[in-house]
Amino acid sequence: MNDRAHRIGDVILAVDRVSLAFGGVKALSDVSFDVREHEVRAIIGPNGAGKSSMLNVINGVYHPQQGTIRYLGREYHDMDPHEVAESGIARTFQSLALFKGMSVLDNIMSGRNLKMRSNILLQALRIGPALREEIEHREVVERIIDFLEIQAYRKTPVGRLPYGLQKRVDLARALAMEPRVLLLDEPMSGMNMEEKQDMCRFILDVNDQFGTTVVLIEHDMSVVMDISDRVVVLDYGKKIGDGSPDEVRANQAVVDAYLGVSH
Amino acid sequence: MFYRENGQFKSNYASDQQMLPILQDRAFMLGLLTFAFAVVPFVVSDYVFLSLLIPFLILTLAAIGLNLLVGYCGQISIGHAAFMAVGAYSAYNLVLRIPQLNFLVVLVLAGLIAAAVGMLFGIPSLRIKGLYLAVATLAAQFFMDWLFARVKWFTNYAHSGSVQTAPIDLFGWIVDTPVEKYLFLLGLLIVFTLIAKNLVRSHIGREWMAMRDMDVAAEVIGIRPVYAKLTAFAVSSFYCGVAGALWGFVHLGAWEPLAFGLTVSLNLLFMIIIGGMGSLLGSYFGAAFIVVLPILLNQVPGLLGVPISTAMASHLEFMIFGALIVFFLIVEPHGLARLWAIGKEKLRLWPFPH
Repeated sequence: MNDRAHRIGDVILAVDRVSLAFGGVKALSDVSFDVREHEVRAIIGPNGAGKSSMLNVINGVYHPQQGTIRYLGREYHDMDPHEVAESGIARTFQSLALFKGMSVLDNIMSGRNLKMRSNILLQALRIGPALREEIEHREVVERIIDFLEIQAYRKTPVGRLPYGLQKRVDLARALAMEPRVLLLDEPMSGMNMEEKQDMCRFILDVNDQFGTTVVLIEHDMSVVMDISDRVVVLDYGKKIGDGSPDEVRANQAVVDAYLGVSH
Repeated sequence: MFYRENGQFKSNYASDQQMLPILQDRAFMLGLLTFAFAVVPFVVSDYVFLSLLIPFLILTLAAIGLNLLVGYCGQISIGHAAFMAVGAYSAYNLVLRIPQLNFLVVLVLAGLIAAAVGMLFGIPSLRIKGLYLAVATLAAQFFMDWLFARVKWFTNYAHSGSVQTAPIDLFGWIVDTPVEKYLFLLGLLIVFTLIAKNLVRSHIGREWMAMRDMDVAAEVIGIRPVYAKLTAFAVSSFYCGVAGALWGFVHLGAWEPLAFGLTVSLNLLFMIIIGGMGSLLGSYFGAAFIVVLPILLNQVPGLLGVPISTAMASHLEFMIFGALIVFFLIVEPHGLARLWAIGKEKLRLWPFPH
């Protein structure tokens, strides 16, 4: 704990009074929180609280009506998703969003696409830089495949993999971008205990070894309380709690809205 | 027993990423190419060249073009014959107005003009998708049909609206006999297939497939939809433009504006659906199915010695052809290429069941 506390740096990403509405439905109202570099930050809350919408706002998939995101000193509220990706924010999805028609290897390789620069003519002829690039990036991707222990499946079409492994490929694709900030949308939903433990280990390893800042949505409270440094709680699009796991657990509003009382 | 990858170890990524990683596949491909180049020209009659092989080669090229857009990038188009028309008329006008140009240069320029027009008609894909986009691409079809029929400059003010071309001259090689046409087209098709294969296994190809499979996720990993979709339209139209120029110059020789009508567009779409979306091999199978099968069916009663009238034979041809399309789509909705892949899987294990 102390070791980790030392590593945590300055604020890298700050959400400032963000409000988002779809027609008359308010998904987020006036939400502010910040994320420090190298920390694991959890977002929790009941279904429909606006957690995924929050990630979509950070990602640039949704543009909030009010408020801004400050990332690495730059303010934005209407960046396109690919601009956000270029600035080093990667993301996994709650409902699997892998490229079903492609192999595991191609899915992860597609995460490298921002770093691949050769033009279309070189690619068509597959000569010089284009060929070198394919091989260089393949090496990086192979390291990620080793890291996440999916060597046996690299040529398998992702659609044929079991759910837990698909989640891992989703993480691999995000890691291939070498992000500074990694947004994980329910990385452990639908998993059994062993798979959850594996996934926790991977998330902590990513955080430790690469220093990646992690923002995580999760429903399993034991996981959240174990691996996150700070927790923000949303309910009906509003922030109702923010702080360390212990502080959040003691917060009456959070207990009423989400955690409930153990009987 | 004989077709398997056992013992063929890859020790670097380059050899793992090669096009045909299994030795037996390479041997088969070599055999097939030898057969196509060295045997076919000597054993096949002119009729077969002119009515089967030449249309097959050109339409395969067009089907590959359409497959890059529909099968790989997931953007449906039912107006691709329009880009063939653009290619054909561009080539016609280039040859007419700048006669000193080499035909290969003309082909590339015709492709590039078609690519530019294709990108223009691809712009709606940035806002709409699926069937709505398909309807929008119809605009290309109707507009081009109208343009080449009405604007006389394109047809050099020919009275009937039809245009004639001279045989192709390639550095003194006059491509005019069926065998020469066949060899020329075969060479071109191989080059264009290799280029397409390279594109779909490079990052541009992964971008296309990512757009096809899950566009939101593709954007989130940094793919620009504008770039991915418009390059797919451009490359696809380039292929169809080249195919159109070849269709006009090599196959038809003389054509009217309606030579590139909606029927051609639909036929191209059927080719890739039956052959296999997102598969280059499928484009070959699909073109073979659409071009070759009707002619074979037409010959069957004669070969069997069944005395039926020609009218009856052609009705039967349509009925059986339709039934076969339905049959193949039910048996394997992913197309003939998938059947081929399943066959290869089975062959790896043969003669054992697992």
